[in-house]
Amino acid sequence: MLPGQKHPVQHDVTMPAIELQKVSVRYDQTVALDSVTLRLNRGDRVAVVGPNGAGKSTLFHVIAGVVRPQEGQVRIYGSGPGGHICVGYVPQRKVIDWDFPVTVTDVVMMGRVGKMGFLRWPSRHDRDVVRAALDEVGMSAYANRQIGELSGGQQQRVFLARVLAQEAELLLMDEPLTGLDMPSQEVILSLIDRIQRNGVTVMVASHDLNQASEQFPLILLLNRSVIAFGPPDEVLTTANLLAAYGGHMHVVRADNGDLLLADTCCSGGAEMLLPTLTHVTAPVIQSVPQSAVEEMRPPR
Amino acid sequence: MELLQVLTEPLSYPFMVRALLAAIMVGVLCPVVGAYMVLKGLSFFGDALAHAILPGVVLTFLLGWPMAIGALASALIAAFLIGLISQRSTLQEDTAIGIVFAGAFALGVAMLSTVNNYAVDLTHILFGDVLGVSQNDLWVILALGAMVLSAILILYKEFLVLTFDPVLALVLRLPATALRYLMLGLIALTVVTSLQTVGIALVLAMLVTPAATARILTRRLPAMMAVAAALGVISNVSGLYISYYLNIASGPTMVLVATLFFGLVFLFAPGRGMIWRIAPTTS
Repeated sequence: MLPGQKHPVQHDVTMPAIELQKVSVRYDQTVALDSVTLRLNRGDRVAVVGPNGAGKSTLFHVIAGVVRPQEGQVRIYGSGPGGHICVGYVPQRKVIDWDFPVTVTDVVMMGRVGKMGFLRWPSRHDRDVVRAALDEVGMSAYANRQIGELSGGQQQRVFLARVLAQEAELLLMDEPLTGLDMPSQEVILSLIDRIQRNGVTVMVASHDLNQASEQFPLILLLNRSVIAFGPPDEVLTTANLLAAYGGHMHVVRADNGDLLLADTCCSGGAEMLLPTLTHVTAPVIQSVPQSAVEEMRPPR
Repeated sequence: MELLQVLTEPLSYPFMVRALLAAIMVGVLCPVVGAYMVLKGLSFFGDALAHAILPGVVLTFLLGWPMAIGALASALIAAFLIGLISQRSTLQEDTAIGIVFAGAFALGVAMLSTVNNYAVDLTHILFGDVLGVSQNDLWVILALGAMVLSAILILYKEFLVLTFDPVLALVLRLPATALRYLMLGLIALTVVTSLQTVGIALVLAMLVTPAATARILTRRLPAMMAVAAALGVISNVSGLYISYYLNIASGPTMVLVATLFFGLVFLFAPGRGMIWRIAPTTS
């Protein structure tokens, strides 16, 4: 066995896809995750929402086996995450160097590296898999483009193709929709849909509560610890949202009984979260422009 | 004087033939390794490493041993100290690099100052002595260079993943830490191999300048490495000839030619050069 080839780890599809038991992660003195317990079944689709610094990225890193928690236990299909190469991870757009001299095909081929093993060049099969993955996300026409020449939505599709080429069974996406226009967001969401229908377990970090509640059957509300986890109408209650967003959130009761929540933690307008809850008990969340929020703020 | 004669005349001196061979080999090796340094932002680390190996070089020089041994030993100690300081204190890594680099360099100069013809030796170590390359040196450059280049070829896809997306390297369960140290080790080996030709103070230019020029001109890593190597060879060979005819120091001349190429590309590269970008787009 070559050093690059992994010893097969126990990969029991009858076990939960993801199982976290009281997982805590600290960076120096800061607590990133505090006693997170979570259980996802194969094929679940979950939006992970919470304020900036809630530990969404850390949670993904723990599940991917990139960060080892100081306390608690992580199980992917019944065994520790370190041995699995079935975890597809799409990082936040801002951590990628888009000027890097690689083409679309190069990036997707990277997904195959774990399976190729050391001292091997891409085989015909690897190239076929990459071609099929690009086809699946509708990016075949761009195969030889440098990745910086693509639009934001196309770049996300390339990274989804990389996950497909990896033949991943878990998909973790860190804010894939941030900064994309609506048509691009819809393309990505429908691709996620298709991937999930093939039995892939999907977790997507999001800033957009509205979208999360409409597009995802399950929502994980996170602020270092799990505030709530379940279907949107159970999770997105006033009490839960206040518990998650707390100091970052302004709560305004308008005349007609609407509840307005604004996330003021981040200065970038794109990451603003501006939902209106028309009914507090069964929230229907709508985006409102920032100016409206400014106007509706109570006088100090 | 005819062109052919201009090219062949210096080669009537055996030391010039050896210098030319060394310049070509280093001209290929440094830019290929440098491509990763440019992409990973390791320029400062490379410069620091080159300076930090001085004590080892001086020690083995004084003892009459092969310099490569001392240089490698110092490089390893320096890398270890940098890691130790940045992990065990609140200091940033670049500060740790700065402390180790300056301290080690001072130690090396102090050691060398105990020798009689201190100034000559220091100049050779700092700026290279390509005209003094021996037959043996050529074999050492060839062997170490071949080793480094084959490692880069064999681990191409792993290094590519590590450089482009380190988290993916971990997710794919590649031995990321070992690969990272191996890459730093290859940089150290390259620096050691190139010392004789360009010296401690200028080896960074060999590593980084042609690679940076190539990055502006290319869109894929293999192309970037190939163009960088071609630029490295052209810069070194033409630099060597220019230094012969104008009677100026060889190492600095090679670096100046490489820098000139960078300047030209930076200004005039189609689509990406500065002139291109600031030129009015309306016709």
